[in-house]
Amino acid sequence: MSTAHHTSRTGRVDGATESTFVDGVEEDLDGAASFTAHGGDWAQIAEEAARLGEERIVVNMGPQHPSTHGVLRLIIELDGETVREARVGIGYLHTGIEKNMEFRTWTQGVTYCTRMDYVAPFFQEVAYCLGVEKLLGIEAPERATLVRVLLMELQRAASHLVAIGTGGNELGATTIMTEAFTAREEILKIFELVSGLRMNHAYIRPGGLAQDIPPGTTAAIREMMPRFFQYVGHLHKLIDANPIMKGRAIGIGYLPLSTAMSLGVTGPILRSAGLPFDLRKDDPYCGYETYDFKVPTSSDADAFSRILLRFDEIDESMRIVEQVMDRIDAQDRAGGSHPVMVADPEVRWPAQLAIGPDGQGTSAAHIREIMGHSMESLIHHFKLVTEGFRVPAGQVFVDVEHAKGNLGVHLVSDGATRPYRAHFRDPSFTNLQSLAAMCEGGQIADVVVAVASIDPVLGGVDR
Amino acid sequence: MSTDTPGSKATPPEETRPDAPSSAVPEAPAAAPTDPAAVTSGELDDAGEVVEGEAVGLAELAESPAPALEDQARGDLVATRQGLFGNTDTGDTSGFRGLQVSVVIDVPTERPYGGWFDEVVDILAEVLEDNGIAYGAAVRKVVVDRGELTLEIAREHLVTVCRLLRDEQDLRFDLSLGVSGVHYPEDAGRELHAVYHLRSITNGPRLLRLEVAVPDADPHVPSTTNVYPVNDWHERETWDFFGIIFDGHPGLARIAMPDDWVGHPQRKDYPLGGIPVEYKGATVPPADQRRSYR
Repeated sequence: MSTAHHTSRTGRVDGATESTFVDGVEEDLDGAASFTAHGGDWAQIAEEAARLGEERIVVNMGPQHPSTHGVLRLIIELDGETVREARVGIGYLHTGIEKNMEFRTWTQGVTYCTRMDYVAPFFQEVAYCLGVEKLLGIEAPERATLVRVLLMELQRAASHLVAIGTGGNELGATTIMTEAFTAREEILKIFELVSGLRMNHAYIRPGGLAQDIPPGTTAAIREMMPRFFQYVGHLHKLIDANPIMKGRAIGIGYLPLSTAMSLGVTGPILRSAGLPFDLRKDDPYCGYETYDFKVPTSSDADAFSRILLRFDEIDESMRIVEQVMDRIDAQDRAGGSHPVMVADPEVRWPAQLAIGPDGQGTSAAHIREIMGHSMESLIHHFKLVTEGFRVPAGQVFVDVEHAKGNLGVHLVSDGATRPYRAHFRDPSFTNLQSLAAMCEGGQIADVVVAVASIDPVLGGVDR
Repeated sequence: MSTDTPGSKATPPEETRPDAPSSAVPEAPAAAPTDPAAVTSGELDDAGEVVEGEAVGLAELAESPAPALEDQARGDLVATRQGLFGNTDTGDTSGFRGLQVSVVIDVPTERPYGGWFDEVVDILAEVLEDNGIAYGAAVRKVVVDRGELTLEIAREHLVTVCRLLRDEQDLRFDLSLGVSGVHYPEDAGRELHAVYHLRSITNGPRLLRLEVAVPDADPHVPSTTNVYPVNDWHERETWDFFGIIFDGHPGLARIAMPDDWVGHPQRKDYPLGGIPVEYKGATVPPADQRRSYR
């Protein structure tokens, strides 16, 4: 049984370091005493710590601490209540998604990258598909782009609600969490209506979408909007003037603009430091230049300003959602066909889904065509679905404004049916680096607030 | 589906070079293809000749010759393939077994590069000369492909180039989007590439890619963390997954894999892993061992 053991150095005056082994374990940590706090008697450990008078202790938070947004590990060196050094340990959720994508077709890649940041899956899907389309030299049809914008903006609101809700929960305010998740639920219901799934959709495909949004989607969104804003209004009432919230978050997790820039921090954290950098404005994609919206900023650069900024971004996202719904409705009213996939049969998925007597599946008309009429259609369907399409060799980089910052996708093709290399520059991964800059010198209790204000999702960090 | 069909959708930098050297196929006319750009259209003819040459013996053909050196100097050799199906396990029944294709990307672009690319390259050349570095010594090649600018940088000048790109007022690539690696095992002497993406916020929407190619035997690249502190974790990740050693990094430890892990998982010579799945008597092999068409 492992007991608390230590190496006493209180009698040393010469300052020389000397390794001391206890039970075969090297105990020398630059002269500091070390305690193993498992399996021992706590009273004994506390008594020894008091006797040695050691001021600094190293606390290991996580992996899988409930307040750390997933499998995040923080190694914090404490001097009393003050954080002297904070180190971040990641990799506990590494699943090799990038490597796996090299062994699947370009279309199947969507199924993998959607699982990276599982709180905001549509961003990975869109960024990846934009990259594949850039490699192919094609552009998704207008309808598909409208639906992509619609889903991305709803996703941004849902992701920010998770950031606000879990951030509140980590401070002990469960109501903030339940209210935020109820609001997010309204958006997830829309996602379920559109893609059939609440997350991991794989709904956006290279060349367009898996299928068009079902009829009545915009009506459903319009119907849920008042409820959504009601919940968000409750959140505003709970947070905006809440003295406890303000006391915990104002001035905490401070990251000034120069530090944010050098640490490559993007998204709400960078904008909270005053720089209105938003790729939707600064390097528009998916036609964002045609929408009317603002990029909210703050100059406080602290955790509280990031919460308020996320609220403002939810409002702006909903403004875009309303505009894009108007365009989709105008298309529907105008009639005619609005394809959601490129016309090129080399890329286009051969069949659309339809509701049949036995549930949803490949449309009966298509089954008739390939099974009864055209052998060539069958061959084409089989080859395209199993083998996939070939993508001309080359490399591209595409970045989009993820809810958490700049999401970059670097794709290399060797002209084959699979990616040669797919790399995702995840915003959470980069933003999490700034945690030490936010925490060191502050209180241990503020570490949790700083983590919540970064809003990392470890699925995206570790990939 | 033929190899040239997707190529017609864009202007790819890929060059298909049917490589049938006279040593392997004595019957083939001595049309040794030296200029890759010139033979793209002659693919079928060459392939036809090679099909005739199949009588010579598949074993001889299977020993695919190393691609010509001038090709590698021009671009990055990504893959060499044989036949039309892209499968590696069983026979190619397409009749194009003798067809050899070298896929080369990032072939250098001639001036003008177009857009703001010329301006950035000119300013970079100027400030490099001011710092006593010859432009040609630092920038190995310039590639413009699909509207993106790629500069291949000699590793000894990487940090200087990054500093100039960040600090020069007409360049100001002030946001680094990190480093990642790409492994090209077939590109002899340049197997490992460190790829940097830089964005300029100050000077409008500008995105720039820097690439540093190093041999597998000497995978050292200077660390850019002094210029772009953001690259700290990205360099650790690239070390972890590709084994590129960033000299001067403050703590180049693995970031995703356990500290005592052996190997660098995202290199091409590292297997994907996985176990066969058995279902109702049938066995599905793991993803990297299934029959596949590339």
